[in-house]
Amino acid sequence: MTIDKHTQFTQNDFGGSINTDEILDTFEFLEDWEERYAYIIDLGKKLPEFPESEKVEANYVHGCQSQVWLIHYLDKASGKLYLLIDSDALIVRGLAAIVLAAMNAKSPNELLAVNVEEIFEKMDLIRHVSATRGNGLRSMVKKVQVIAEQLI
Amino acid sequence: MNQQAVESNNDSKMTFDIKAVRKSFPILDQNVNGKPLIYLDNAASAQKPDTVIQSISDYYCHDNSNVHRGAHTLGDRATAAFEGARETVRRFINAASTKEIIWTGGTTEAINLVASGLTASLKADDEIIVSRMEHHANIVPWQMLAERTGAILKVIEINEAGELQEGAFDKLLTERTKIVAVTQVSNVLGTINPVKEIIDKAKAAGAITLIDGAQAVPHFLVDVQALDCDYFVFSSHKLFGPTGIGVLYGKEDRLNALPPYQGGGEMIERVTFEKTTYNELPYKFEAGTPPISEAIGLAKAIDYFTVFDRQSIELHENNLLNYANSMVSDVPGMRIIGTAASKVPVMSFMIDGLHPSDIGTLLDQQGIAIRTGHHCAMPLMDFYGLPGTARASFAFYNTQSEVEKLFECLQKIQRLFT
Repeated sequence: MTIDKHTQFTQNDFGGSINTDEILDTFEFLEDWEERYAYIIDLGKKLPEFPESEKVEANYVHGCQSQVWLIHYLDKASGKLYLLIDSDALIVRGLAAIVLAAMNAKSPNELLAVNVEEIFEKMDLIRHVSATRGNGLRSMVKKVQVIAEQLI
Repeated sequence: MNQQAVESNNDSKMTFDIKAVRKSFPILDQNVNGKPLIYLDNAASAQKPDTVIQSISDYYCHDNSNVHRGAHTLGDRATAAFEGARETVRRFINAASTKEIIWTGGTTEAINLVASGLTASLKADDEIIVSRMEHHANIVPWQMLAERTGAILKVIEINEAGELQEGAFDKLLTERTKIVAVTQVSNVLGTINPVKEIIDKAKAAGAITLIDGAQAVPHFLVDVQALDCDYFVFSSHKLFGPTGIGVLYGKEDRLNALPPYQGGGEMIERVTFEKTTYNELPYKFEAGTPPISEAIGLAKAIDYFTVFDRQSIELHENNLLNYANSMVSDVPGMRIIGTAASKVPVMSFMIDGLHPSDIGTLLDQQGIAIRTGHHCAMPLMDFYGLPGTARASFAFYNTQSEVEKLFECLQKIQRLFT
């Protein structure tokens, strides 16, 4: 690996300048489904690079349709948990970006206090998190929560 | 028109009028996400005409009772309607006798019933042939049978167009072949397979044949005696009937040779703790209270569907598919998966830069329902090296303007999001 793990996980703005409040504020002004989905897809394009070598079974999030990968890194110095997520579907990448904005760069305890469903509810995207949609988002969030629980 | 449709007999076929047809499907008249619903997921489950919905409601309002008990009037009415439905299905596929029509939960259960029943007939190194394009329901029960018996599963491979490879079946077919189970129509590709030819060859080799007709019966008439297959299976819900019921057709001698699948009421002749003797066909395979309202609903669906002139329906469906094919080149990066010469109106496709799930979500925003994913045919997805496809599947109630709208929306998605 050319760059160290710490840099790879922490050199991005998710949970920093890209955060839930900012996303919700922007989203509120989008008028139709074209604008909303264009914004979601754009958010996905901002996701930090996910190392190809980590796209292995152990990091695979089992959903029904698109492929999702998730890895994490606990920064011992700050006690913060960092996440990287990737998917082969544009919209799922965008939804992953919303998850990352809400959950990245927080201590495991802070992370577990985040109510992701509420965020998706506010964005009227709740059906993406519901059990009927097999796009892996629900299992993505669940996996992050399990990781955080194990680190406490 | 529905009353008329139900009452008209088979000799005077009704002209196919798309506007009248659409009025018979109440679900089609609604907005989804603020847009008029365009339902193009018919291969997953088709919609139900009002006569089917009404028949189920009528049954529960007036006749509901258990069947074959004979102690009271409601029971007699329920039994007459239920057994009448069996006769409707018999006529629909031209089986020789209603003894050959077994109600199951669906295509999947029908295949499992046969695969389970053939356990004692197979030994190690016997061979079962399926094709690359089978639905998991026509793969996994045979794999399980192979595991139980030591038999071997062989696969007829396909070409890029999604047709069975020329000569591939002939090479696989040997004296070790005991079962040949193939689909008549691929749920992903729409390919119509030459099953008559396969059945004839399999029969000559002494193999038992099962045809998965789930995707065939909504699109063209099937005559099981002309096909001469041993088993033919299909589901009601893809044929405009209710969910929860399907049909296993089996030749009488084949069904008599199979042991019962499940034990319980209805399937017995006499029970003592020492010995139980089984009921005759078809009841031997129908343990427990059967799906009565579902059978009645399915018969109504067949009644509805068979009053129309078949050729005009097939022509309409072909026109939809041809029209769709003619517009593919208008969407940059769009390609069709499954380009067989002989197809039902099923269109699997990919668009460069978009995952099938993206396409599905974005079409849904525009009121268009399609299916995305592996369509329960992972070995087929592996062949094409795809994670899944987007699939628009048409029924006879779909219109040219709906096809147009689909392509308008695909162009928009391609323009805005790639």
